[in-house]
Amino acid sequence: MIAALIIVFREVFEAGLIIGIVLAVTRTVKHRNQWIAGGVLAGVLAACVVAAFAGVLSNLFAGMGQEVFNAAILSLAVVMLTWHNVWMARHGKELAGELWAAGKAVVEGSKSLLALAIVVGVAVLREGSEVVLFLYGVLAGGSDSGLSVALGGLAGLILGALVCMLTYFGLVKIPTRALFTTTTVLIALLAAGMAAQAAAFLEKANWLTALDNVVWDSGWLLSDSSLLGKALHTLIGYTDQPTAMQLVVYLAILAVTFVLMRLYGAPAKTVTSAPAE
Amino acid sequence: MSFSRTLPRLTVFAAMALVSIAAAGAARAQSATEIQLSYKDKKFDPAEISAPANTPIVIKLKNLDSKAMEFESKTLKVEKVVAGSSDATINVRAQKAGRYEFFDEYNEKVARGALVVK
Repeated sequence: MIAALIIVFREVFEAGLIIGIVLAVTRTVKHRNQWIAGGVLAGVLAACVVAAFAGVLSNLFAGMGQEVFNAAILSLAVVMLTWHNVWMARHGKELAGELWAAGKAVVEGSKSLLALAIVVGVAVLREGSEVVLFLYGVLAGGSDSGLSVALGGLAGLILGALVCMLTYFGLVKIPTRALFTTTTVLIALLAAGMAAQAAAFLEKANWLTALDNVVWDSGWLLSDSSLLGKALHTLIGYTDQPTAMQLVVYLAILAVTFVLMRLYGAPAKTVTSAPAE
Repeated sequence: MSFSRTLPRLTVFAAMALVSIAAAGAARAQSATEIQLSYKDKKFDPAEISAPANTPIVIKLKNLDSKAMEFESKTLKVEKVVAGSSDATINVRAQKAGRYEFFDEYNEKVARGALVVK
């Protein structure tokens, strides 16, 4: 039971952190719960599909299907997160004000929610398919430990939900004004970290061979498989043995986010009848 | 207004990045050491494999069990789900000499093995 708890918790931990951040980011947005719940549900369903076709997926791209698939969905999440940041840079003010209720804002807002729902879905999908495979293997095994494993899995899931809630309540404690900056930075780092992870998957698939030298090894200081290391891995993309390419990708995403936020996020003064706060 | 153009632009950017990455990856460098490994009844066979240092390693893993397993090694930075009764290819980057443990994440206590790099 404890083994099942640990395995499931390890997998849902990352998704818990990400969902907690997304919940905090969207806390004032109407209908956000439906979108995020939809993202989670879609992620779970997709995880089941991926688990069912794990063998087929693996065999794609000369046995590198899993790596390429992971890199692809991570890239999708990176695009969505970056886009969200850029969008928020432009519309953040309206979102805080009354204008948000206006029809147009709701339509635009749902686009941003869709982007974040996709991020949530991707987070759930990535780790979820492994949980599904693990639990299925145990349950299909028909051993008498089936029930205890299921209980352990459930406990792991609850712990993951707890991580999500702690993240959320920790973030919403931050005063509204500072929260916007905090979440912008968090999301940029999250996106950069995911991009670096995507690069790591492509390196494993041998699709990416340039700059694949390991720049440093800080495993002695903080292993990225420890709990803190894993949390930092999810949040800011910490890796104890990053390759030069991972660092380049990481910094590039941060730079792109910054530039796009400057370019598109700039003055939103043209918005009709936006009351100055 | 212009934000609706942002998404397509970002997507194009990502697509371009992926294409250039794929092109770079097409040119595969050093030749790798290939190692055969099989997995049955929660055991790796052989339980210890070896490879020369500073050369990329390719592990060809056959999962003979009907259940899926997850080949994982923290030190080798590898994590790969292998479906029941199927094969998987695991690329490991060139390593320094040392002993690197791996295991089936779903049966971490019993299903363990090691790669010795000399």
